[in-house]
Amino acid sequence: MSVLDKRGARPRHPVPAKTSGEPAGSGSPDDGRTAPERGRSSGRSGLPLLLNAASVALGIGIWWALAAAGFKLPTPPEVVERAGTLIADGTLADDALASLTRVLIGFGLGTAVAVPIGFLMGWYGIARGLIEPWIQFFRTIPPLAIIPLAVVAMGIDETPKIFVIFLAAFLACVISTFQGVVDVDRTMINAARVLGAKDATIFARVVVPASTPFILVGMRVGLGSAWATLVAAELIAAQEGLGYRMQNAQLYYDLPTIFVGLISIGILGLLMDRVLLLAERKLTGWQERR
Amino acid sequence: MTSKPAKISVQGVTKTFALGRDTFTALDDVSIDIADNEFVTVVGPSGCGKSTLMNILAGLETPTAGRALVDGAPVSGPGPERGVIFQQYALFPWLTVRQNVEFGLRTTGVPKGERRSRAEHFIELVGLERFADALPKTLSGGMRQRCAIARAYAVDPSILLMDEPFGALDALTRVKLQEQLLRTWSQDKRTVLFITHDVDEAVFLANRVIVMAARPGRVYDVIEVDPAIERNEEFRLSSEFAALRNRVWHSVYHQEGRTAAPSAAHASTS
Repeated sequence: MSVLDKRGARPRHPVPAKTSGEPAGSGSPDDGRTAPERGRSSGRSGLPLLLNAASVALGIGIWWALAAAGFKLPTPPEVVERAGTLIADGTLADDALASLTRVLIGFGLGTAVAVPIGFLMGWYGIARGLIEPWIQFFRTIPPLAIIPLAVVAMGIDETPKIFVIFLAAFLACVISTFQGVVDVDRTMINAARVLGAKDATIFARVVVPASTPFILVGMRVGLGSAWATLVAAELIAAQEGLGYRMQNAQLYYDLPTIFVGLISIGILGLLMDRVLLLAERKLTGWQERR
Repeated sequence: MTSKPAKISVQGVTKTFALGRDTFTALDDVSIDIADNEFVTVVGPSGCGKSTLMNILAGLETPTAGRALVDGAPVSGPGPERGVIFQQYALFPWLTVRQNVEFGLRTTGVPKGERRSRAEHFIELVGLERFADALPKTLSGGMRQRCAIARAYAVDPSILLMDEPFGALDALTRVKLQEQLLRTWSQDKRTVLFITHDVDEAVFLANRVIVMAARPGRVYDVIEVDPAIERNEEFRLSSEFAALRNRVWHSVYHQEGRTAAPSAAHASTS
């Protein structure tokens, strides 16, 4: 299940370990560890960042060259100029806000429902038996395919848009949470049990922290799905929003506006992902990374 | 020790598992009595049910027949009077050494101040005071196991059940931890049931070595080791140790005509 490929969603550069409690070089008599895990990841700040910047610059250069060569593309300055006007008259801010609100509500609800359900499924066999077929079934349907049904059932206001985003985020997150709970190391649960922990304590103090990495990965994937569903969801009679703006621009052959919309979606998505990544690092820094 | 009432009494315990259509007999009518503060090691080829025996005593599994008694009462689940140390350490990776050691104290409702001081004491006992606030991922295997030992000790169990605790460690670390375990144990005696597949380890630590046989898992031989002997390097290199080791080795690897060839890579061949 690619959704659960934790390593893929992990930061490529682990946070440097805290120095306070490091045994490295402490001369501990039984330090059987072969090599410190640090060192491999050092130097991230210098060269790679430079490479990133160079790559982006090159990409923009190619874009510009293609536009100049007569492809149907706006040039970067045109896009920047359009961005300037859209920012100045407040359109971009309004659209971004409208889109962000939808995504955050849908994603927030999706996660809030997915985490408890994922826990239920992982912890209670009965819940799993009852819920899993539905999840597996709906997982095979792209959330966008639900749109016609959502419109008929819920009308054309905000509800169907948010519902579709909700569904996308929910499905990504619930599977991941469920897998996280199922994957909790049995010995760890046994260890808690022999230390006198009862079910409620095991759940709160072992299962929840142990599955946090999975939940956060699920949230990141869910956020990606939510964001990906946004534009299509905004095709449903929206009055504003980045997707709506692009859709509208398409009617007038207004390529710069479409580009501004695309870039805005990309940047906002990236920013939100970074926020979750930060949370992930903070909450799951205890993990051993290989 | 026979006059003392048994701290742990395993009486005719049989444990079978369904294995497809067959049943697999992990333990067949096993009876063992262990006295208070005795240090017993159990050694045997893989599949002899030694881990199953430990799980039954820990209350993590129930016997198919027979019963396991602790202090005269049948085991009916895990309890804080029986500390368990697992081969895979089973530390909680999101907790620091100190928080790991305090885990059992929290679940048993020990007030915060006392929790602190007791954790402090046992962290010191295993020599991890400099790493009290470190996360397990920053510790070596040996240090992790020491932390697990401190965690088990902290809830003050009268029995320690250890399931191949040093099995994943290199030979040098293992010897150091064996000595440290005995030091800890002699300062603060508990009844210990120590499972291992390492004959040297079994002989070095034990007051009594129980040799088990596989298919079905059963007690094959019991070898007493004089508790008065001081466990140190001298003992490890003595002819007395060699003789005991030979006896246990023979018992483990040449059981009733069928030779469990010592090709098993995990057998210590030093």
